[in-house]
Amino acid sequence: MTAPVTAKSIGAVSCHVCGLLVSNRYIAEHMADCPRCDAALHSRKVNSLNRTWALLIAAAILYIPANVYPVLTLISFGRSTTNTIMGGVIELAQSGQMVIAVIVFVASVFVPIFKIAALLFLVISVQSRLKVQQRKRALLYRFTEFIGRWSMIDIFMISILIGLVKLQALATVTAGPGAIAFAAVVIITMFAAMSFDPRLIWDDEGNDNDG
Amino acid sequence: MEIDKNFSYTEALVACPECDLIHSVPKIREGEQGRCIRCGALLFVRHKNSLNRSLAFALTGLMFFILANMFPLLTFEMEGQAESNRLIDGAIAFWNAGYWELGIVVFISSVVAPLSVLLVLITLLLPMQFGRSPFSPQFQIRLLTHLKPWAMSEIFILGIFVAFVKLQDFADVSVGLSLFAFVLMVAATVMAYLTLDEGALWSRLKEIRA
Repeated sequence: MTAPVTAKSIGAVSCHVCGLLVSNRYIAEHMADCPRCDAALHSRKVNSLNRTWALLIAAAILYIPANVYPVLTLISFGRSTTNTIMGGVIELAQSGQMVIAVIVFVASVFVPIFKIAALLFLVISVQSRLKVQQRKRALLYRFTEFIGRWSMIDIFMISILIGLVKLQALATVTAGPGAIAFAAVVIITMFAAMSFDPRLIWDDEGNDNDG
Repeated sequence: MEIDKNFSYTEALVACPECDLIHSVPKIREGEQGRCIRCGALLFVRHKNSLNRSLAFALTGLMFFILANMFPLLTFEMEGQAESNRLIDGAIAFWNAGYWELGIVVFISSVVAPLSVLLVLITLLLPMQFGRSPFSPQFQIRLLTHLKPWAMSEIFILGIFVAFVKLQDFADVSVGLSLFAFVLMVAATVMAYLTLDEGALWSRLKEIRA
């Protein structure tokens, strides 16, 4: 099998913003940023694996307070109910709103865990130079990057409830500290997905000459 | 594949952004797309009238964005007392409750980023429509790339929907005019993205500068 021809193997860099293909020789001679869009040029994302690892560990740690602390408290007629992320899902399910309960469960519980697990798997598979199922792993990365933002549903929902339900003794909703940890998990995992370079999945496939 | 490696920079070849495989730029027709043969990433799209359409959708989006900020999103009624909220009230509520970090996050993702995306598209495409160069197309296109993931209007809509369902259990909630405008703004923004063909953008910029 002949080695696949990549930008790296022909001594060029593809701009990560506009996609222009620039040769290493040109970059060295001109000390240049991208000649088309002025973005900084690099062949692979800088320190991709280390950054992704660090962000994943941070996200995994914050995932605990995000689920243990309440995100929402409702006070109505002197009664107060406090909900964690999972508690909110259960309450929706109990009130018969199954479709919404499933949406919130997927977005707030499933997606963050899936995302951390998928990125961990991708980072480890790259580091152990796994050479199989590359196309499937590329697809897994694309999917992970796409779904990550949807976990923000709960944060937006809370922001609307606390802004709307403030009728003092009748009904008041307040936010809980779990919300900060939860938003941090979502944002940190978004950065983790951005710092992972999917090209690493394919690197060294059959060609060792980096010239 | 025979490849001429003697270039400084070239638009004849493209490396897949997700796996780095080199492709020669294909002749594809309007409405078609080209994917990477190795990893399946989307590499090329061509749209009829791409820049015109994208500008039209961005302007539409901006109009709806303004409308979405003028009226209430939801109105909540209980025992004769009513409370309604506007788009920015979510961010303000977090801020006032002492959760300023969340206030900033919500403000950026539901107001600043969606508005900036539309404004950047318009300031980029409108001057080009009149055959003039935007003030800094390089900066604007880079800004657009970095703003994109943080504009979460479509997710905000789902958040409104979940809040609506939760409230219905114990009070009267009604949908405000702004909610419709907001939904239409999201639709217009998505269309502005989908119709924007960056290849056409760069080649039109080149024509204008020449």
